[in-house]
Order: sequence, then structure tokens, then C-alpha cells
Amino acid sequence: MDIWVQLISALDSTLRLATPLILCAMAGLFSERSGIVDIGLEGKMLAGAFAAAATTAVTGSVWLGLLTAMAVSIAMALLHGFACITHRGDQVVSGLAINILAAGLSVVLGIAWFKRGGQTPSLSGDERFRPIELPFADALSDLPLIGPIYTDLISGHNLLVYLAFLAVPVTYIIVYKTRFGLRLRAVGENPQAVDTAGISVAWLRYRAVIMAGLFCGLAGAYLSIALGAGFVRDMSAGKGYIALAALIFGKWRPVTAMFACLLFGFLEALATRLQGVDLPLVGQIEVQFMQALPYVLTVILLAGFIGRAIAPKAIGVPYSKDRA
Amino acid sequence: MSKRAKLPVWADVALIPLINVSLAFLAAGVVVALIGENPLAAVEVLVRGAFGYDEGVGYTLYYTTNFIFTGLAVAVAFHAGLFNIGGEGQAYIGGLGVGLVCLALDHLMPWWMLLPIAIGAGMLFGAAWAFIPGYLQAYRGSHVVITTIMFNFIASALMVYLLVNVLIKPGQMAPETRDIAEGASLPLMHELFAQFGIKITQTPLNLSIFVALIAAFLVWVLIWRTRWGYAIRMIGHNESAAVYSGINPKKMVVVAMAISGSLAGLVAINEVMGAQGRIVLDFVAGSGFTGIAVALMGRNHPVGIILASLLFGALFQGGAELAFEFSTITRDLVVVIQGLVILFCGALAYMMRAPLERLFGLVGARANKSEEAR
Repeated sequence: MDIWVQLISALDSTLRLATPLILCAMAGLFSERSGIVDIGLEGKMLAGAFAAAATTAVTGSVWLGLLTAMAVSIAMALLHGFACITHRGDQVVSGLAINILAAGLSVVLGIAWFKRGGQTPSLSGDERFRPIELPFADALSDLPLIGPIYTDLISGHNLLVYLAFLAVPVTYIIVYKTRFGLRLRAVGENPQAVDTAGISVAWLRYRAVIMAGLFCGLAGAYLSIALGAGFVRDMSAGKGYIALAALIFGKWRPVTAMFACLLFGFLEALATRLQGVDLPLVGQIEVQFMQALPYVLTVILLAGFIGRAIAPKAIGVPYSKDRA
Repeated sequence: MSKRAKLPVWADVALIPLINVSLAFLAAGVVVALIGENPLAAVEVLVRGAFGYDEGVGYTLYYTTNFIFTGLAVAVAFHAGLFNIGGEGQAYIGGLGVGLVCLALDHLMPWWMLLPIAIGAGMLFGAAWAFIPGYLQAYRGSHVVITTIMFNFIASALMVYLLVNVLIKPGQMAPETRDIAEGASLPLMHELFAQFGIKITQTPLNLSIFVALIAAFLVWVLIWRTRWGYAIRMIGHNESAAVYSGINPKKMVVVAMAISGSLAGLVAINEVMGAQGRIVLDFVAGSGFTGIAVALMGRNHPVGIILASLLFGALFQGGAELAFEFSTITRDLVVVIQGLVILFCGALAYMMRAPLERLFGLVGARANKSEEAR
């Protein structure tokens, strides 16, 4: 039964680790399906994390923190849109600028405002999103099989974890079942056609990057006021890039991207658990190997050795009416 | 509604970049003002810290050396229409090459014999780390931006593994290799000056700044004076025209990436063989990303890159001084400036073009009118 307990606890932390990845992957999905490359997931999430922690530390309200995180992240997304949609700048350069700006500004402002070397005051009690006990969690805990799964695995996460998993079907419905979604996908494949139909390419793409900002803000708030208890410099630690990798690994589709996030989250959860453990046949697995695995897998997938990931056709190309 | 005029060359080459850089620094000034400090006072501290005394100058030039290498690396890829975000990883792996060669041969030969071998190893390792993304882009259709990002993380994990488990000096906690033997590592500048009887303060500045300047010259020769350079620029400007003139764009993508990676790998000459004298964890410290700002600011030209590197070198050194003078400003401000430079000189590079074209159109129309009136 020990292995069973171990597995449940590994899966439990998989859910926690996959949450920011899923939110960021959905963010990237909106942006990239509209034809705007988004390597700025990392920066928007980091800015959101700082905004959430700073606001919550000052006001004591998680909800205000969550709102500010989304507002700040959307503001950065609009900057990205201003550069690449309005001024047809390079989308990768713009995304990189946002990442570096967020890394710098969050620390500069943090030091100036809180004087704690870039950290925000640590939050406690109601200043964080608390675990939610789902109904009947206690009553069902004694049942074999279902009990531990329900009580230990599914119940007892904070609101944002559930929100992340809700974001996946919501994204699916918006992208595949609404008129906006149809147009969003069209503008990422063939913007000329969308423009000819009398629909504004720029406005569609702006709405897409706003959605991206919103989800990245949620991811940031999760890091600093739900999973963590305050902002620490560079706390996004490459998760935005892993989410981007997961999005590509999931072939720019919501559900497959979610499974990719879960896979990468599981690898991260395993990495800490397998440290120094002797496995049959393979012996010890190095932590660094597990850390590099998501990136290696994505490179292999992109190279077309395991299936093929085909990007939206118009991705990365600024749109101009005169086809110059 | 005035007509737009075509911009004169000087406006395109000098005026627009100058406006963009000014906007970036203006925005940085706003940030400083926002946190309640005087931006002009901060500039004064920066300049004094970077150039005011010989130790400051030494550190400034030491940082400059790294940025010249990574800036050139980014620029060569840019000329081929490729965006190499992987300078960070390529420099890190280049350090593996330089380190292995130095640690293997340091007891056999002096530094001046070792230097060409170390340069070769650093370039080879850096090139290899960029070759794979280049190859995958050319022949397997995976985008070089994504692959180089992934390769940065893979390089980092690989180097941590090697330093912690394999290369670490036995009996020591810190994940570093042993020191390169004395006489085999690159002489620091104060040692060289001392030989001529001139005393300067010890800084990490070493001979490799000359390697950087030579590299800048060679990149100029490569891009504007050789067949490969022509092919690289051609695939960057117009790939189908390149195909019609008999250039194999796939091959040139791989070549451009390999050259780019080899230049990034040279950072290790400054860091591993020079300043540190051993391989330490994360010695690249963001130089690869600064190289992107440097290349954008220097408009991908070696002269521009040297100037932009000097500016960023000064920012990094002067930025370290900021923390002593102001309680609320640290060197992280330089990261903000870096981001703003990338934003205004890169992503928003075209923003000022339309208004300027209108302005020139207006001025031109006025001139025409007065001409007709006469």
C-alpha cells in the first residue's frame, strides 16, 4: 500500500505543479491560434505574481490581488499587442522584451516599495487562497480506492487549481464552438481571408492577447498568493517556457496541451521524489535529467520524430492589408 | 493630410535608432522617478561608477567583452533572418569546451600556446550547440526560436549535472572545477600592465577583450566581404532570390547558426580562461540575452555592436554602484533598461517611422511650395 500512497501524493503535487502551466498554456493558445507568437508568457506570469503579492500584502484581500494580477498581466499583453499588431514589430523580440522587463521591474519596484531585497512581505491566513474541502471529502475518505483519490487527490486544492482545470473546457468551447473562436482560428491561419470578410484582424488579435494576459495573470496570482506566500524574485523560474513547450507538445489544442502540462508537472513531481532513490534496472536518475526532459521531448516532437506539431500558418507574420 | 516622404538614409541609419534609444532611456528615467529617486543623479552615479576611476573602467570593459561576443553572435544570425535566443546556452557549452581543453593541457603549455586551442574548442562547442537548432530548422522544420530556448534549459541542466557530478574538484562543496594552472590561464590586464611598469587596479579584465575586437573585425569581413556573408545576407533579405542565384538556403541557415554559436562560445574565453580561471556555475549570467539588446541597438553592425556593448558594460558596472548610493535602486534597474532597449529598438523599431515620414513629407512639401512661389 506504500506505493499507492506515494502515487497519490505524487499525483497530488502533479496537479499543483501543472496548474500554472495549464493556465499559461491556455493563455498561449489564444495568442498563438490568432497568429501572435507569445514567448512572453513567462514575463506576464511573473508580473502577475508580483502584482498579486504586492496588492494582497498592502490591502489584505486576495480578490484585489487576483484582479490586479490580471490587470497588470493584461497591460503587458496590450503592450505586446501594441508592438506587434499596431506597429508590426517582431513578435519574438517583443515577447523577450516583456520577459526581461517583468524580471527587472518586479525586483526594482519590490525593493523600492517593500525594502526586502525584492521579496514582498510574506502572506498568511486569509491573505492566500486556502485549500477547499470538497463536499463529503471526510465521509468518503474511508472507501477503498475512491476514498483516497477523492479526498487526497481531487479535494483539498485551492480555488485557482480548480479554475485552471475549468479553463481547459472553457478554452475548448470558446475556440471551437463560438463564432469568436472560429474567427480566431481563421485569423491565425489566413488573415487575408478574415480581412476580406470585413472582420478586423487587429481587433481579433487584440482580443486574443487580452485573453492571454488574463490567463497569465491568474497563473501569476496562483504562484504568489496560492501556492506560495508572497513574491520571490524570478519565482516563475522558466514555467512560462515550459508552458510554451507544453502548448507546442499539445499541438496548440486545449485538451492535449493540458495533458502535456500534466505530463511535465508529473515529471517535476517525480524529479524531487526520485532524488537519491535506486530504481530497478536503471539505478539512480539524476534530477537534472528529469528537469531537462520536457525540453528534450519538445525538441524531439518539433523535429517530427514523434508525431508532428504544426503551428498555425500565419503565426509570427505581422499582418498588413497591402501585402507588401 | 500630408503626403509621406521617403526617409533620407541618415534618418534611417542614425536618427531613428537614436530616437528609439532615447525613448528607452526616457522610460527608464520615468521608472527611477516613479520609485522616488532623481534620474539625473542616478545617471551621474552610473557614469562615475563606470568611467570615473580605473577599477570601474576595468570592470566596464570586462563586461563589454562578453557583450561584444554575444552581440556579434545574435547579429550574424539576424543577418540570415534567424533569431538566436540561444546565446546563453551556446556560451555555457562553449565554456565546457574551453574548460576541458584548459584543464587537460594547462600543465603542458603556457597560455599563449593554449589560447588558440581554447578558442577553437570554445567555438566548436558553441557552434555544435547552435548547429542542432539550425539543422532542425533547415531540415526538420522546427522553429529555431523555440529550439534555442529549449536548448538554453537543456544546456543549463547538462552543465549543472557535469559540474556537480563529474567535473567538480574533489573534496569541495561548491560545484566548480579546479583552477586552471597559473601561467595557463589568460593574463589579467593589471598583470600585463605591470610588465610595462604601469600600475592599475586588479579587475577581471583580461586579454580576451582583444580577441573580442578581432572577432568584431572578422565578423565585418565575413558579412560584407565574403561569399558566405553575401549568402547569409541574401537568405535574410529574400530567400527565393537567394535560391534563384544558386544559394542553398538550408545549408546557409545551418552555417549561420553554427557561426553564431561559435561567437557565443567565445564568452568562455573571457570568463573561464580569463576572469574566473575555472568553470563555475552559471558563469554566462545573462550575457546571451544582453547580446540581443546589444545587437538590436547596434543595428547588427560590428561597430554599432562594440559601441552598444560599451554602453551595456558601463550600465552593468555603473549599475553595481547604484546600490551603494541609493537605498532603493539596485543593479536590477539595468535589467529594466535592457528590457526597454529591446522593446524600443527591437519590437517598436518601426513606431517612429510613420510620424517621421509624415514630418519629412511636410517639410518637403513646404520646400516645394516656396520653390514654386519663386
